Amino acid sequence: MKHVANWALNVAALRGATYADVRVVAHRSRALTTKNGKVGSASDAESVGMSVRAIADGAWGFAASAELGRGAVEATAARAVEIARASAFVKQENVRLAPEKPAVAEWSTPYKVDPFTVSVEQNIELLLKIDAELRSVAGITLAEANLNFNREEQWFVSSEGADIHQTKLSTGAGYAAYAFAGDEIQKRSYPNSYGGQWQNKGYELIEELKLVENARRIAEEAVALHHADQCPEGKFDIILDSSQLGLQIHESVGHPIELDRVLGMEANFAGTSFLTIDKLRKLRYGSELVNVVADARQEHGPGLGTFGYDDEGVPAQCTPIITNGLFTGYLSSRETAHTIGEKRSGGTLRAEGWNRLPMIRMTNISLLPGEKPLTLEQLIAATDRGVLMQTNRSWSIDDKRYNFQFGCEIGWEIKGGKRVRMVKNPSYSGITTEFWNSLDAICSREEWTLWGTPNCGKGQPQQVMGTGHGAAPSRFRGIKVGSAFKNN
Amino acid sequence: MLTQEQAGDIFERIKKLSTGDVVEVLFSGGHFALTRFANNTIHQNVAEENHVVSVRAVFGGKTARAFTNKFDEESLRQVVLSAESLARVQHPDPDLLPMPDPSEAAGNAGGDARATQTPSRHFERTAQITAEQRAEGVKKIVGVAEKHKLTTAGVFSSAESFDGIFNSRGLSRWHTQTSAEVSITMLADDSSGWQKASSPDVANLDPLRLAEIAAQKAVGSAHPREIPPGKYPVILEPAAVLDIVGFMFWDYSGMAILDQRSFLTGRIGTKLFGDNITIWDDVAHPLQSGSPFDGEGMQRQKVGLVEDGVVKRVVYARATAERMKRSEYKDKVGPIAHTGHGFSLPNEMGEMPLNIVFAPVSNPQTVEQMIASTERGVLVTRLWYIREVEPFEKMLTGMTRDGTFYVENGRVQGGLRNFRFNESLIHLLSNVEAMSLPLRSCGEESFDMVVPAIKVRDFNFTEVTKF
Repeated sequence: MKHVANWALNVAALRGATYADVRVVAHRSRALTTKNGKVGSASDAESVGMSVRAIADGAWGFAASAELGRGAVEATAARAVEIARASAFVKQENVRLAPEKPAVAEWSTPYKVDPFTVSVEQNIELLLKIDAELRSVAGITLAEANLNFNREEQWFVSSEGADIHQTKLSTGAGYAAYAFAGDEIQKRSYPNSYGGQWQNKGYELIEELKLVENARRIAEEAVALHHADQCPEGKFDIILDSSQLGLQIHESVGHPIELDRVLGMEANFAGTSFLTIDKLRKLRYGSELVNVVADARQEHGPGLGTFGYDDEGVPAQCTPIITNGLFTGYLSSRETAHTIGEKRSGGTLRAEGWNRLPMIRMTNISLLPGEKPLTLEQLIAATDRGVLMQTNRSWSIDDKRYNFQFGCEIGWEIKGGKRVRMVKNPSYSGITTEFWNSLDAICSREEWTLWGTPNCGKGQPQQVMGTGHGAAPSRFRGIKVGSAFKNN
Repeated sequence: MLTQEQAGDIFERIKKLSTGDVVEVLFSGGHFALTRFANNTIHQNVAEENHVVSVRAVFGGKTARAFTNKFDEESLRQVVLSAESLARVQHPDPDLLPMPDPSEAAGNAGGDARATQTPSRHFERTAQITAEQRAEGVKKIVGVAEKHKLTTAGVFSSAESFDGIFNSRGLSRWHTQTSAEVSITMLADDSSGWQKASSPDVANLDPLRLAEIAAQKAVGSAHPREIPPGKYPVILEPAAVLDIVGFMFWDYSGMAILDQRSFLTGRIGTKLFGDNITIWDDVAHPLQSGSPFDGEGMQRQKVGLVEDGVVKRVVYARATAERMKRSEYKDKVGPIAHTGHGFSLPNEMGEMPLNIVFAPVSNPQTVEQMIASTERGVLVTRLWYIREVEPFEKMLTGMTRDGTFYVENGRVQGGLRNFRFNESLIHLLSNVEAMSLPLRSCGEESFDMVVPAIKVRDFNFTEVTKF
């Protein structure tokens, strides 16, 4: 494929581009679902194409094509330069890129079992076994389960000499049980809601998740929620399980630290950020216990934000985002690094596929675990009056990322260090920095999970990206609970 | 761009490679371009050409689909092989129907559903828009921003696309259309304004007018004040209406009733909303867009979903209609017949209405008239990050954004800090006091619709944010 990229680079240079990079991408996916004892959907997909990103007259142009013949590739490169010149018609200043030593490299996701080698029969058998377990519980009215496998092979070549071949593999699985009765629909999901757990791993992830083993418990909880009391309203200490905390990190740390948002580039769609540049190394984002990193390196774990190189050829890095509660870093790119005084990109530019422009995306934005040994059960035992909330059900946050409200599938009221009752429809809300400053306990490494969020939307045209979020159950003091249901 | 004739040739090649009982092939793609601006600068400017073919294989009640965007002989052979390999290992689906032939696909449905002819949605002037023309449009928008000492961000996009379906029972359907969209945010120090419009015909878009309205909203909402959360009379502009009501249309589906995940379960035939709410799904409406056939090639029918506040019926794919006729709900869901709203097979969601049209009321009011009749209330330009909190009462949460105003004594009195709402759609549509004439509108949380602005009693704001 390198020859395809070189055709494009040559034409971009001949047409006057001062910089160009080319990505040739081959993507393969398999999606299998079951619903109430039947296969819901079964599909395989492949998509192959190339794109050219070019700077001409100091402005950006981007063009993509599914055709990989020489004529189509050269026309696409010419078009990218032509579009760049049109962009230059409305600009305030020239694009400038932070220097980056061109990498020549091979990288691929480590895995044990290639999921595409596991038979479809075996996968369907697993899904139907889960489905049968879920529906064996009286009161379950809808059972859904899914398996997803993705492989993306990319060749990245730039006019500066970068030449990177990278293959990423991801696996996802999960299920949900619904119980409809009277005038109420309750739902429980495992291992997480909205598609389950996703990681950059092979089929070994499926074995690790213990999907069948947890199905009956999940279904029983969905039915039991109908008999549970409504979650009380008021101010409580809350404990969030690691999957809900992962989404809390995603929404109230991951998005506000995207430097393109901060600089106004997403103002029309995703929004801006309260984290203006004057707050860097000055804002107390959270309590002293809060340490958050943006870590794309393999040593952080097999998150959906793990890679060797980003989509402009910058190696994976670890950036401290919050250090002992202090705000210390943004997610940046070669174009934006200079705005925060950095000499080098943080390496976070990624594209959904061959036909999309790379943009700043979360890598693995993780809350580091507590250093003192602390299990979830010990944390509950140390909580006098509170609510434990598990598994996200709804999420919403304003366009500067201040005010948020989350709902969870299930809650447990805690009194005197004990879970005293199940509660339904738990929700909590707050202001981002007030919330993170109220954190007073984080469970330790053995409770820490690197969750995958496969559906993060951003950009115009919108791109969906996978991100990673490591978290251990944590406690937050004096949080507003249940205002979602007030006056309703 | 791929033509129907070229697609027909590809279908014939696929048919020869197939060993299944029957085969169905879907085509989609086209070219798309988008010019994106922020900080009064074009910062992203993209163009794409792509085409996708998907093959559905069937063996004795077992079916599966595979996709590729390569049309060479080896890729077509591989995509057929993938679809057939997947299909062979499925369990037979007793609900799977034979593929429709051309006569069935064009046929009418029962009940009150009506077959309709859609107008042409392909405009050469939209298809031919260049990057230079989009840049010129952006320059004018930036000019408006500079005139008002504002910063602007947004998009100007254009596309020419096709959808086609062929099957081995002789079905051959093809749809081409164009689309153009302009979205503009104007930003001041502590306020913002927004406008967005889309149309198959770029001549229907007026970027300068949109820019001027967005700028006026940014200027008019400067130095926003905070008022306490609570229940207020609220005027929702059309974009806010479509973004919030869009969350209920997944439930107007026969499959959602059968799955017991619809808030309409047990409620069809009941008066759920106010007398002034009548809603159709109508792909042929002159302000609508999209393909006149569904994922199986069936003609989309005009369907009355809500009449005078009473939920009358839901939409159906072919197989869902047959299942519903055998179900415990068959006497409780109104007319049961396929309506041409199915997704491509196989899928687990069934169907959905995608061409929503609110019927006009006999006494429409303009937004200005709604403001004039409001003693104390809130005017909302746009809603944001809407999510479902409780599925059976359809309680949703979200934020106001880009132009929230305080209304007192019949006049807009300036900007407000943005609110979080928690509001039931049943409550909302039961409390509509006034409606404007419906118009084609677009937002960010749902698909484009023909909706009015509305004035609603007791809209429930639960919190205020910091800006």
